[in-house]
Amino acid sequence: MYKEIVATAAWLSLCAPLSTAAASGEQLSDIRQQMEALKHAYDAQIKALEERLQNAETLAEENRAGLADASQAQPAGSDASQARINAFNPALSVILQGSVNGYSRDPDAYALPGFQLGGEAGLAKEGMTLDESEITASANVDQLFYAQSTFSLSDTPDGTEISIEEAYVDPLALPAGLGVRFGRFYSGIGYLNSTHSHVWDFHDEPLAYRAFLGRQYGDDGIRVTWTLPTDLYVMLGGETLAGNNFPAGEPESIKGDVQTLFMKLGGDIGISSAWQGGLSMLTADVHNRDNGATAFSGDSDLYIADFVYKWAPNGNPYQTNFKFQTEFFYRKEKGDTAVSDGIDTALMNYRGDQTGWYAQAIYQFIPRWRAGVRYDRLSADNDLNVVDLGGFADAGTVIAESGLADGHDPQRWSLMFDWNPSEFSRIRAQYNRDESRPDATDNQWTLQYIMSLGSHGAHLF
Amino acid sequence: MNKLFTHWLLCALLLTTGGANAALRIFACEPEWGALAKELTGDSATIYIATTAQQDPHHIQARPSLIAQARRADLVVCTGAELEVGWLPLVLRRAGNPRVQVGTSGYFSATDYVHLLEKPQRLDRAEGDVHAQGNPHIQLDPHNILRVADALGQRLAELDPAHAASYRQHLQDFTVRWQAAMQRWQQQAAPLKDMPIVVYHSGWTYMNHWLGLRQLAQLEPLPGVPPTSGHLAGVLEAMKSQPARAIIRAPYQDERPVQWLHEHTGIPALTLPSTVGGNEQAVDLFSFFESIVQLLLGVNS
Repeated sequence: MYKEIVATAAWLSLCAPLSTAAASGEQLSDIRQQMEALKHAYDAQIKALEERLQNAETLAEENRAGLADASQAQPAGSDASQARINAFNPALSVILQGSVNGYSRDPDAYALPGFQLGGEAGLAKEGMTLDESEITASANVDQLFYAQSTFSLSDTPDGTEISIEEAYVDPLALPAGLGVRFGRFYSGIGYLNSTHSHVWDFHDEPLAYRAFLGRQYGDDGIRVTWTLPTDLYVMLGGETLAGNNFPAGEPESIKGDVQTLFMKLGGDIGISSAWQGGLSMLTADVHNRDNGATAFSGDSDLYIADFVYKWAPNGNPYQTNFKFQTEFFYRKEKGDTAVSDGIDTALMNYRGDQTGWYAQAIYQFIPRWRAGVRYDRLSADNDLNVVDLGGFADAGTVIAESGLADGHDPQRWSLMFDWNPSEFSRIRAQYNRDESRPDATDNQWTLQYIMSLGSHGAHLF
Repeated sequence: MNKLFTHWLLCALLLTTGGANAALRIFACEPEWGALAKELTGDSATIYIATTAQQDPHHIQARPSLIAQARRADLVVCTGAELEVGWLPLVLRRAGNPRVQVGTSGYFSATDYVHLLEKPQRLDRAEGDVHAQGNPHIQLDPHNILRVADALGQRLAELDPAHAASYRQHLQDFTVRWQAAMQRWQQQAAPLKDMPIVVYHSGWTYMNHWLGLRQLAQLEPLPGVPPTSGHLAGVLEAMKSQPARAIIRAPYQDERPVQWLHEHTGIPALTLPSTVGGNEQAVDLFSFFESIVQLLLGVNS
């Protein structure tokens, strides 16, 4: 429209001198009338343009004011263009966590009889410690991709270790409820597995996660999901993953040593309640899953059923709310296990039939304060058959050294109490009565803080 | 039996194809935008409202039901300005629906069309729940409703050109009725000018701006931080020298601090609807504002 006006004005200015030179009185009044008509027609448009201009000016002024604020807040030397360059920075958040942990039994001798521990399974360091500091950056890459990465820093005996917890890409423009994720990410199996530990409701993972997933299973690979076009939430997904981490061993196949399939259902019950249920399956082709004492090669198939129920009066969780969560694990493993005490190495056939489950309930009784209880239980039924003593005295010694002997069912009770001054901070006290090991109870105490700095986190279900 | 089978088959077919000229599916984040969409579409659209007036639209989780609804939506109508920052981005990312992603014509953010008040001078979480773009509770000024209606009407026509004329007609009709109503409220609410009030949360800025109310204090020491006894004592002290005429809270906010202050000062405690559905009277946008004006007039004596 603006172009039209300019063109007309140009045309008029070209015509005007010509017509005054050549026109008679009558023609002149004709032209005047036409011009008058044109003027009327464009008056309205010009008025509209003026309004838009005014709006734009107000907006620009506001922007200028905003930039002025920004430049004031920044150290000297920065200017408006700098602020604009920064505007494309990814959303950054930093999670700081620390805890004090006390155990009545030796944490270094921790074990779950009947289960080969791997990954990050184990107890948090005794005494005062920084658990894990995380840096997460996320942004839309361009019109097609969203990407997110989480780097984790933690102390090891060899110094500070940086690990890439997640670094994945989600295409944005997929149609029909399809979703794809590739890169490194936590597998979508189970309920808790795909969430970061700082949003968990207890300081430590359920025993089932410790035993079956080495705390939490994440790996390099690709995921495809499909959400059905139904009122009931139905999501189907599958992944193929390299198999770098427990419960896999050393990756061998290009297509990935681990495959998963999962389904999630969910919906609301009235206005105050919501639920989600899931079934998942993970099959791993395990090559040399080595934790120092034992190395397993064979097949590992894991099945998980999970269920979460949440309640808040009128669906408003601000005052009070309640959350119940449970997951059931079943695993079959079959293959060979090498058992080593550092000097001798024996070999045995191993067939495992293992189950584990936990249930927990969290109640926010007044704004900012929550209390929770959790029960964990594991059970293993392992067939162990020593085929080569390899220097060990007898089969019994090999089995004892392997830690795979069944007979004791580990269980644990946990109580949790936390205070959340805002959405961004949490201070938590926790007590575990841990009967993981057969002979005596371990009383475990934890005082923990979680602080999230930077961009606003997501309210996960 | 055969009939039943045919019926089932038809249902299944309908479910899978969705129908080429099916009604527009609108996902409204808050009840006010659901009500506005209803005004502008008549009964021609299927409208899902993600939150109720009894819920704080900030403290919502990305529930499975929300993902399922966003999956099928043609248009998402939300407040924006970070009000839904905790859940909407996640819901949209998980929905797998390219029609309603940010930046597409299927994503409508109401705060894009309104001048926001209380844009913070500096951003610091030590100052509570501050929103970088300004106060997002824009639905409490009827002028804003009209601005958003105008933009939403255009967006509907753009998205669903087949019914563009109908949307324009609805918008025109709504505008006429709304302007008449605004004039009426303005007259009725004239005595409310300079009425001193105390609020629970700084969610009433636009209403204060519209009616000329004077907000003396907030029960929250900082936006989003629950009232503390120390802060309440301070408010009580301030009320002695300069009393307010009402203590205002939204239905989803804690009643106890309001009651406490009411008992210690005798100032009426007033639960105002912060959106459509906030009380029994507020069944649509018109009765929502009507109810606010009447309730305020009721205590302003």
